[in-house]
Amino acid sequence: MNARIAHIASNTFREAVRDRVLYNLIAFAVLISAAAIFIGQISIEIERLVVINLGLTAVSLFGMVIAIFVGIGLVSKEIEKRTLYTVLSRPVRRWEFIVGKFFGLAGTLVVNTFFMALGVFGALFYVAHRFSGADSSIFIALYFIILQFLIICALALLFSSFSSPLLSAVFAFSLFIIGSFADDLRGFATLAHGLTHWVATGAAYLVPNFSALNVISAVAHQQPISWQLVLQNTLYTLFYTAMALSGAVLVFDRRDLK
Amino acid sequence: MAAIEILGLEKTYMVGFWRKRPKRALQPLHLTVEDGEIFGFLGPNGAGKTTTLKMLMGLVSPTAGTARILGKDWTDPEVKAQIGFLPEQPYFYDYLTAHELLDYYGQLSGVPAKDRKNRVEEVLQRVGLTDIKGIQLRKFSKGMLQRAGIAQAILHSPKLVFLDEPMSGLDPLGRRDVRDLILQLQQEGKTVFFSTHILSDAEALCDRVAIINKGELRGVGAVEELTKSVQGKVEVVWQGTQVPASMKALSAEFHVTGETVRTVISENQQDAAIDVLRRERLRLISIIPLRTSLESYFVEKLQHSQTTAGTSA
Ligand SMILES: Nc1ncnc2c1ncn2[C@@H]1O[C@H](COP(=O)(O)OP(=O)(O)O)[C@@H](O)[C@H]1O
Ligand SMILES: [Mg+2]
Repeated sequence: MNARIAHIASNTFREAVRDRVLYNLIAFAVLISAAAIFIGQISIEIERLVVINLGLTAVSLFGMVIAIFVGIGLVSKEIEKRTLYTVLSRPVRRWEFIVGKFFGLAGTLVVNTFFMALGVFGALFYVAHRFSGADSSIFIALYFIILQFLIICALALLFSSFSSPLLSAVFAFSLFIIGSFADDLRGFATLAHGLTHWVATGAAYLVPNFSALNVISAVAHQQPISWQLVLQNTLYTLFYTAMALSGAVLVFDRRDLK
Repeated sequence: MAAIEILGLEKTYMVGFWRKRPKRALQPLHLTVEDGEIFGFLGPNGAGKTTTLKMLMGLVSPTAGTARILGKDWTDPEVKAQIGFLPEQPYFYDYLTAHELLDYYGQLSGVPAKDRKNRVEEVLQRVGLTDIKGIQLRKFSKGMLQRAGIAQAILHSPKLVFLDEPMSGLDPLGRRDVRDLILQLQQEGKTVFFSTHILSDAEALCDRVAIINKGELRGVGAVEELTKSVQGKVEVVWQGTQVPASMKALSAEFHVTGETVRTVISENQQDAAIDVLRRERLRLISIIPLRTSLESYFVEKLQHSQTTAGTSA
C-alpha cells in the first residue's frame, strides 16, 4: 500500500472515531449484557447456542449498519462539502483516494468488530462458565462477518459514486438482504425455465453471496468449518470487492467535482 | 519558461435534471503566465474564473483543450507536488484542528516527516493563525478558514500558487495581510495566479491581468498598459433614448438604460459631442473624465461585451 493511501485511510479512521461511530459499542454492550443475563436465567443446555447465534447476528447487523451508512458518505460527503478540492489538487490520484477511504472504513469496522467480539466472548463465558475448543470456530464466523462488511463497504462506495446517498443506502441494504438468500436464489435459478432461468441465474451470481459467508448457525451448532470454505470465501471477497471498487473508481474518475 | 500555458481550455457543463442542456461556462481560453509573475484573473461573478481554476487543478475535466504547468503536461502528478491551490470559500475536515489538517496535507504532498511539524508552525504563523492549538476547524470563522486555506496552499513550498478569490471573507486587515503575503511569495521567486472580482486588489498587486467575462477573454496585459489605453477618454451621458447620427461618428458604442444614453469618447472630441447634443436639443447630463484606473478599463471591457452580447442575441 502506498503512503498516500495509508494516510487517507488513517484520516478516515480518525474521522469515524471523532464522529463517534464507535459509540455504537455502548448500545452493543448493553444489548449483549442484557441478553446474557436473561439467557443465563432461563435456559439450560442451550445457552451456548443462543448466545453465539444472537451475539454474532448482532455483530453482523451493527457492523452492516455502519458499513452502509458510513460507506455511502465516504466519497459523496467529501464532494458535497468540497473537502476534496484541497486533497485532489495534491499529488493524490483519484483511485488512491477511493482505495484509501475504503481501507479507512474497513479498519474502523475491524476495530469495532474486535470490541463486539470481546462482548460476545464475555457473554459466552458468563453463561457457560468456560470456553470449549469448539468455540474457536467463532473466530472464523467473525472473519466471515468482516468479509461481508468489506463487500458491503465497496458496494456502498460504488452506489454512492453515481446515485444519491438515500438511494445508495437502499441499494446496499437490499443487496445485503438478497445476498443473504443467495443460496436460495441459486436453487431457484436451477429449477426455473426459459427467460426466468437466465435472469435468476444472472441475479444469483451477481449479488454478493452472503449465504456462504454466514456460518453463524453452523458455528453455534458446533459443526466444523472447512478450510476450503475459508479460502474460497477469502478469494471471493477479494474478487468481489476489487470489482466493486474498480467500478467506483471508473465512475469517480470521470466525474466533475461541482 | 512559462509557469502556466493554457491552450484552448474550454468547458461546457450539462445542466438540468432530466433533459440535459449544454451551458457554456468557458470559451476556448488561451493564456500564458510567466515565471515569477503575479497574475490577476479578473472578472465579475459567473465569468468562468473558478471553472478555469478547477480545470487546471484537475477537479473538472475540460470539454476541449489542454494546458502545461511548469513546463510539464498539467495532468502529470509530479506537477501537483509543486503547486498550491486555495479554492473559493474553502472548507476543510471540520473534525481536525488546523495543525492536524496541515500535517495531513503535508503527508499527502510528500513533505518529509521530520520537516512537517516546523513547516506547519511556520505557515500558521505566516497567515496569522496563532493561538489556535486544539481548536477544531468546525469552530473557525470564515476569515480563519480563509487563512487556513492560504496556509495549506503554501505549506509544501510550491513554485506556483493558485488562489481563487483569496481576499474574500476577510476584514480590511486580513486583506492587507494577504496582499503582503502575495508580494512576499513573489519575492521568494514563486508565481502567483489569483482570481478576483475586486479590482483594487488586482491593481495593487498584479504585474499582468487577464479580464474575462461570460466565459470569454476580454483583454490581457500589464496593468500600466491597460490603464494607459483609457487615458484621455470621457464618458458622456445625456437624456433620451436615441442616438443622433452625427454622434455615431464619435463613438461606436452606446448604452441606452431607461431614459439615458451613455458613451465613451476621446477627450478632444468632447466639444464636438456637446455641439451635437445642443443641435439635437438633447439634454446633457454629465461629461466625466474616465479614471485612468483598471476599473475604467474593466468597466469599458465589460460594457463592450454587454453590447456585443445584446446585438448578437
Ligand atoms: N457545476 C456546474 N454546473 C453548471 N454550471 C456551472 C457549474 N459551475 C459553474 N457553472 C456556470 O459556469 C459559469 C461560470 O462560473 P464560475 O466559473 O463559477 O464563475 P466565477 O468563478 O468567475 O464567478 C456560471 O454561469 C456558472 O453558473
Ligand atoms: Mg468563482
